[in-house]
Amino acid sequence: MEYFVQQLINGLTLGSIYGLIAIGYTMVYGIIGMINFAHGDIFMIGSFIALTTFLILTTVFGFVFLPVVLLIVLIVAMLFTSAWGWTVERLAYRPLRGSFRLAPLITAIGMSIVLQNFVQVSQGARVKPLPPQIQGGVTIMEGVTENGPIVVQLSYMQMIIIVTTLLLMVGFTLLIARTPLGRAQRACEQDRKMAALLGVNVDRTISLTFVMGAALASVAGLMFLLLYGVIDFYIGFLAGVKAFTAAVLGGIGSLPGAMLGGLAIGLIEVFWSGYFTVEYKDVAAFSILAIVLIFLPSGLLGKPEVEKV
Amino acid sequence: MAAMRPNGGPAAKNSMFVDSLKDSATAAFLVAVLGFFFLPLKTDIAAGGLAITYRWPLWISAILIVFGGRLLLNLFVFKAKTPATQFIGDKLSGSSARLPGLGRYLGIALFGFAVILPFFFTTFFPGQQRQYIDLAILIMTYIMLGWGLNIVVGLAGLLDLGYVAFYAVGAYSFALLAEYFDLGFWMALPLAGILAAFWGIILGFPVLRLRGDYLAIVTLAFGEIIRVVLLNWYEFTNGPDGISGIPKPTLFGLEFTRGEGGFADFFGLEYSTIHRFIFLYYIIFIMALITNFVTMRLRKLPVGRAWEALREDEIACRSLGINTTNTKLTAFAIGAMFGGFAGSFFATRQGFISPESFTFLESAIILAIVVLGGLGSQIGVVIASVVMIGGIEMLRNIGFLSQIFGPGFDPVQYRMLIFGLAMVGIMVWKPRGLITTRVPSAVLKERKKIGADMVAQGEGH
Amino acid sequence: MNVALKQPSASANDRWDADPILTVEHLTMRFGGLVAIDDLSFKVGRGDITALIGPNGAGKTTVFNCVTGFYKPTEGRIVMRHGLGGQQETVDAVTASGRRWHISDDQSVFLLERMPDFEISKKARVARTFQNIRLFGGMTVLENLLVAQHNPLMIASGMTIGGVLGLPSYRKAEQEAIDKAVYWLEHTRLIDRADDAAGDLPYGAQRRLEIARAMCTGPHLLCLDEPAAGLNPRESTELNELLQFIRETGTSVLLIEHDMGVVMEISDHIVVLDYGVKISDGGADFVKSDPRVIAAYLGVDDEEEIDVPEIKADVAEMEKPARKPRKAPARAKAVAKPAAKSAPAKSAAAKTAPAKKAPAKKSAVPAKAVSEIKVKDADKHPGAQPAGTKKPAAGGADNLTRISGIGPANEKKLNTLGIWHFSQVAAWKKAEVEWVGSYLSFAGRIEREEWVKQAKALASGKQTDFSRRVDGGKVPSSRTSSRRTSGKGGKA
Repeated sequence: MEYFVQQLINGLTLGSIYGLIAIGYTMVYGIIGMINFAHGDIFMIGSFIALTTFLILTTVFGFVFLPVVLLIVLIVAMLFTSAWGWTVERLAYRPLRGSFRLAPLITAIGMSIVLQNFVQVSQGARVKPLPPQIQGGVTIMEGVTENGPIVVQLSYMQMIIIVTTLLLMVGFTLLIARTPLGRAQRACEQDRKMAALLGVNVDRTISLTFVMGAALASVAGLMFLLLYGVIDFYIGFLAGVKAFTAAVLGGIGSLPGAMLGGLAIGLIEVFWSGYFTVEYKDVAAFSILAIVLIFLPSGLLGKPEVEKV
Repeated sequence: MAAMRPNGGPAAKNSMFVDSLKDSATAAFLVAVLGFFFLPLKTDIAAGGLAITYRWPLWISAILIVFGGRLLLNLFVFKAKTPATQFIGDKLSGSSARLPGLGRYLGIALFGFAVILPFFFTTFFPGQQRQYIDLAILIMTYIMLGWGLNIVVGLAGLLDLGYVAFYAVGAYSFALLAEYFDLGFWMALPLAGILAAFWGIILGFPVLRLRGDYLAIVTLAFGEIIRVVLLNWYEFTNGPDGISGIPKPTLFGLEFTRGEGGFADFFGLEYSTIHRFIFLYYIIFIMALITNFVTMRLRKLPVGRAWEALREDEIACRSLGINTTNTKLTAFAIGAMFGGFAGSFFATRQGFISPESFTFLESAIILAIVVLGGLGSQIGVVIASVVMIGGIEMLRNIGFLSQIFGPGFDPVQYRMLIFGLAMVGIMVWKPRGLITTRVPSAVLKERKKIGADMVAQGEGH
Repeated sequence: MNVALKQPSASANDRWDADPILTVEHLTMRFGGLVAIDDLSFKVGRGDITALIGPNGAGKTTVFNCVTGFYKPTEGRIVMRHGLGGQQETVDAVTASGRRWHISDDQSVFLLERMPDFEISKKARVARTFQNIRLFGGMTVLENLLVAQHNPLMIASGMTIGGVLGLPSYRKAEQEAIDKAVYWLEHTRLIDRADDAAGDLPYGAQRRLEIARAMCTGPHLLCLDEPAAGLNPRESTELNELLQFIRETGTSVLLIEHDMGVVMEISDHIVVLDYGVKISDGGADFVKSDPRVIAAYLGVDDEEEIDVPEIKADVAEMEKPARKPRKAPARAKAVAKPAAKSAPAKSAAAKTAPAKKAPAKKSAVPAKAVSEIKVKDADKHPGAQPAGTKKPAAGGADNLTRISGIGPANEKKLNTLGIWHFSQVAAWKKAEVEWVGSYLSFAGRIEREEWVKQAKALASGKQTDFSRRVDGGKVPSSRTSSRRTSGKGGKA
């Protein structure tokens, strides 16, 4: 039981990170119907920016009060990663708007390769370790198993991740539901041409979607950095694939679906690692995706696609 | 970024220059922002944690290069009266319009060159013959893979992001058959193809009713699953250590070894390692030709037409009595089979395989070749393979760059960066790929090519 | 469970009764809560051109999609027959056996609702075209027609293997396929465009190509979904000729069409749908003069001042209330006969409204159904006549036009039935709703417009969105008639 609860907490934490990245995929898919393969690498860029900012603040400027440092890191990472998101869209996707749908997929894969290799070349291929910054936590349960005593702990880091994710989710849901930008976004999702005819600046709306997605990915990047304490240029690929899987699992195009899918993938991975084998956790996540899609072809919360004849 | 405007009088010229300057400044600023955390600042592992090293000159020079480059492009390409690119583009499109048979002549020329290729290199580049023939083998492998994937993506319109799985199945089938059953290349080759096709059907059956991007993500997932299983099933596949000592192919039992009974000895030639390379080249050349031949034949058969019809409109297909599930499965299985053949060849050429060789990047490269070449176009795949694979490998050999950038400069580490940029660049330049016309599979009176804007791209594209 | 409808213009000598190629029986299709088709039955005669018409949203295309297997019907049976006659024994045997079809040399039966879409084309030989043209735009016209011959060519190519090896038998089969394609290209006047991309053709040619493509599958029944849509008059005439030619070749035609010129000129048999129910069925002349059809097409015009004395003539005041309870059990008996293929003939008016299962409970409480006002042919309408009083209660009648869907004319009609108050409408049960719907000749509208729900709200003194607009004078109503007569007025 204790073990189960601990795994549940770990799974929710990991799932939150996946969910944050998945929102970027799902928003972009919703609005322009393409898989933004470079999004995972935007997440990686975000975590590198966060790392460098953190180092500058602590080693160069000598800041020591952690909450302020992390807040500045968060803001800087969001800003600069957004610039990357905007640029990727501007260079690789906007020229292909209205072109056939495989073209942006290929440029997205190309951009993913470019970003990975740019970071590899500029920052080196070796992993960047960062010692744990936030330690300690709250003990929730204690118990004894046949292997000895077990303590269920909710670390402060996990708390921060889950709470931040919740806040961002609420914020974004309100943003989409209440603001003119959200309305423009939903209009573009429905019918881009009509939205343009009615005076919605479609290019700007799409750009902002990428910017928002990148900002969320950078938050995920910072959390990943703090949680695992090690990043390299390659983390974007797997995290990206998992997050995209999460978006599809939840029903692509749906924000709550992305979060739900993220949590599901996180939980599946953690529980599989905890109860079966660590090696096959990816296989478990992907297999469940395939199984879910076979029975629910539009994901958990996606709108079922009615075949128009 | 500013709109194009007629550049008539001096005033207009002046404003054009100002626009260009502004635009270049914007681009430079963007580079400054984007590059800030990557170019001037580098985190390195140092004693007691991470440390930052500073490279301000690198940042400044990057900004200046972008500013200058953008300015030149603005002045002479984007906003000039007759941009250089437009001139080239006109020339190209003009020539292809004037020579409708260009594709065919190009095909024949390429075929002719491919036939004599090993002798061309042994004659004219004796010093680097091995290197070049090896490169030709690599390109030919990608051509074959591209043709195989072209059946699935280009003809049937099914977006497959996990094609490398079948490549891996082919390679591991041969390696394991050789290891456990002591089968030779020629015995194992058909088995590897059949196994790959079998896996194509097994994977395809549940997922082919998915549409579009869902299909894409599930194929990607299957590709990853196969790789992870190969990586972790240590007892069977030897895990990350891979399988080595995979037998080399023989020519009717003749091995390419020094001494008694070898190929050179049998034909009374002087032994040379190049013989084996030439032999491998011809194997993959013939395998690729078979792939092409079968694909071209299939296109003219009902099953091939059904693939293309499926890409155009699945519902209409079903209304005409076509079993779309079976049709998709055949496309998936035949594509997988050719992937399996290529995989076996890869295993025998390398003599060693490990899961490292079958990452998503390989799938992406093969898909990029198909799309860059122009969906459904066989000759397009050839051109894209030569340009992308050949171009990238050539970067390894460019020594003069290190003379410019100093001895520490290693072009190899930039090759994937350039590869990615090329992918983006070509796609933005020609979103439909290099060869954009479709040749009809049946003709009543006159063969007319079909423009790409007519041709659908199938599900999820 | 449903009472089958009697075919109209009753003679069993109609071709489609004697030798149907396709029978649709009790077809019901629900999408979630929406009933797109409600217990629809009709027959398509062999060798006929049968038209399925009805206003937009009547469910015609849904019927097509059920027939061609793109939708699985919620209930009902769709039988396709090859060979003469109704083959009723075979049909029943196949239905009972759980098999999908019975094939023999001269007579075959296919239960289409059990078959996947591609087999319906391949085995049952039902071909179709689409409302939004679905051609293979990137393939040439000729290729489109060759794809249509996929199945025979597939066999000829030895399931591909023989074809890859280049066997001569395949080449011969392909030549034959091209000849067949050329035959249809000539008949659709597309032969000059054979090597052009289908997507390049003008609209009218694309329509013809879709028909040619469907014909290349060698169908026994060709289903055309609005083939004349978007055609100019000359093209429409040509289409008529083409369809008649197709009929001469022995293929039966079922078409959905809005162009009445096409429909009336070439159809042997017309089935009219409105809101998923059949409202008329018969030859062109019969359908043309059927008041229900006119009502469905032109709408029941609430604006029109209906001659009230005429309606009043329908109302036989104070008839013996005993008639009502006597009749109700008789209907219940008919209900008890499950899946009756052809119920005994009813009066001509009853055919047009859906015969529904009347709730047994209702007939058990005759007291409630008794009305002070008796309509002459009350039994001809399904359901039960609602209770009415000769005079409104003290305080005067309610303004029924505050219910969305009731206009001044309908209010008058309701008043003649003795319906004066919201509370009366609010008390209607399903049977009453059905009866009134039939009486006012717009079956289904009362449910759709939720009169009862509105009436409940209004009776309890609440407002509805619509009543607010009426009260605000934004919608003309019976109490603001002066305004209405001056302007043309909106529709209530």
